[in-house]
Amino acid sequence: MAKRMELQDLNIYYGNFLAVKGVNMVIEPRAVTAFIGPSGCGKSTVLRCLDRMLELTPGGRVEGRVLLDGQDIYAPNVDPVRVRQQVGMVFQQPNPFPTMSIRDNVLAGIQLNARKMPKAHKDEIVERSLRGANLWNEVKDRLGSPGNGLSGGQQQRLCIARAIAIQPEVLLMDEPCSALDPISTLAIEDLIQELKENYTVVIVTHNMQQASRVSDKTGFFNIEGTGKPGQLIEFDLTEKIFTNPSQKDTERYITGQFG
Amino acid sequence: MTVTGGNVVSEDLAPDQSLLVDRRKLGDPVFKGFSVGSGMLILVILAAVAAFLIVQAVPAFVADAADLPYGNTWGYVAPFLFGTIWSSFLALLMAVPVAIGIALYISHFAPKQLASPVAFVVDLLAAVPSVVFGLWGINVLAPALVPIYQWLGANLGWIPLFGGNVSGTGRTMLTAAIVLAIMILPIITSLSREVFLRTPGLQEEASFALGATRWEMIGQVVLPFGRSGVVSAAMLGLGRALGETMAVAMVLSGGRNITFQLLTSNNPNTIASNIALAFPEADSHAVPQLIATGLVLFVITFVVNMAGRAITSGHGFRLAHKRAHKEG
Ligand SMILES: Nc1ncnc2c1ncn2[C@@H]1O[C@H](COP(=O)(O)OP(=O)(O)OP(=O)(O)O)[C@@H](O)[C@H]1O
Ligand SMILES: [Mg+2]
Repeated sequence: MAKRMELQDLNIYYGNFLAVKGVNMVIEPRAVTAFIGPSGCGKSTVLRCLDRMLELTPGGRVEGRVLLDGQDIYAPNVDPVRVRQQVGMVFQQPNPFPTMSIRDNVLAGIQLNARKMPKAHKDEIVERSLRGANLWNEVKDRLGSPGNGLSGGQQQRLCIARAIAIQPEVLLMDEPCSALDPISTLAIEDLIQELKENYTVVIVTHNMQQASRVSDKTGFFNIEGTGKPGQLIEFDLTEKIFTNPSQKDTERYITGQFG
Repeated sequence: MTVTGGNVVSEDLAPDQSLLVDRRKLGDPVFKGFSVGSGMLILVILAAVAAFLIVQAVPAFVADAADLPYGNTWGYVAPFLFGTIWSSFLALLMAVPVAIGIALYISHFAPKQLASPVAFVVDLLAAVPSVVFGLWGINVLAPALVPIYQWLGANLGWIPLFGGNVSGTGRTMLTAAIVLAIMILPIITSLSREVFLRTPGLQEEASFALGATRWEMIGQVVLPFGRSGVVSAAMLGLGRALGETMAVAMVLSGGRNITFQLLTSNNPNTIASNIALAFPEADSHAVPQLIATGLVLFVITFVVNMAGRAITSGHGFRLAHKRAHKEG
């Protein structure tokens, strides 16, 4: 588990609109990489191109290369469905499947691939994934009840359990805590620390403290003005970005002097 | 204004004019009266129709069978009741899968430029008068199906459904059911399409992100989300098929033979079609009996609609229940 991702000369378009320009970065395995930057600078756009979700948006397309342990995921013979099995995603809004029980939510990804699996094996996956998402103790007595009967924070951890149940190599999280209260947020931040032992984690966040608390490396994206493409301004160790950034814009952003 | 112990006492302030009821605003009560009135009107009409049917039909149910032109009313209506339910059931069986397929194509597969024309054509189908379907069924569809029926009868005749003497005209139960299926297709398709389009995008993305193909995503998210909507759409279609008169009267070679055989000329008629065909010759003794069969159809259709409603509101209840559970 846990693979390295390399982004090479990425240009990302929505139709004719160039949303993100010229991104180059290496995302290390077994580490947390944070994307920060002002709204509209293309953080979500870059993230969604790492699991080929971007092309589900009408007009969304990518130039350049994204390597997953050396394999270009945009090579012509690559199946996007396979990519998504290796690169999982957690969204800003918790989105468990409302018609499924907690247990079935966790198994949703498994169900797609191996329908015929012994029940004991499934039980094992459910427990391992829910433990992995720090949710097991809270839900172990009601695995059969609906997934959207949980609190927002629990739902988000259920979504993380669902994502890690298929044992991806990389876990992408787009502002996973922005809909949550501070306590649930801390629970998820702790969880991210544990997840990085097994996975490559990429997290988009607007919360600078969160980025500095959870991440090993941070990428700062910025945009020159509306209609201009977003760019990766600086990418370095989180400590360096938050104490001694080499770019003026990064410093202005992290110190909150951004207009 | 006086200030005592930090509390503002505002007794000497003039009342705030903006909070008072503005008597000139008549819009609300007028609109309310109009909508309540319309609601009442529909109930009154329904009650009047029911009362008409019951009052007119009572003699047919209570009189001695020997005094009635068609004999015992229950015995008279039985084959038509069977024909109504059997033809509608067959129509539903054919229409629902096709409607779901078209609806999914429009909502999730067709390129944008194609989706709205296809949707438009399906909606257009709903505007075709049923007499036109009848003409088409009898002149085009029925003759075209005869060779297929003959093949089915010859090769699959051992299956009871395809047994019996194959009709030479094609005016069979199966032809009638196909025409009915085409007639109820638009309503089921457009209602299903609407619910499929309302599938939350976040749910769809969640499924894709787990590595679902488009079909798997539809099975995992769109169909469970749309299920109750499709059921109620099917119930509406069924209601229409049950009551369809003209097309069946023209296409079906109907009589009083209760059979499941699909390919013969000896079929049970439907209630509505039988009324239309028998009414012109009916005398004053026969009319109450025909009206009695109409009452039976009314009850069946009513029950189907109530069932559809119960299924959909049952779904609403479950959602509300979940929400309450979440808050509690
Ligand atoms: N579906 C879309 N179609 C067209 N343009 C889009 C679409 N989604 C995003 N964009 C544009 O792409 C640019 C980057 O958007 P993106 O959502 O990646 O920003 P972001 O950094 O994630 O912002 P936020 O912090 O507000 O989430 C913006 O200019 C946005 O308007
Ligand atoms: Mg975003």
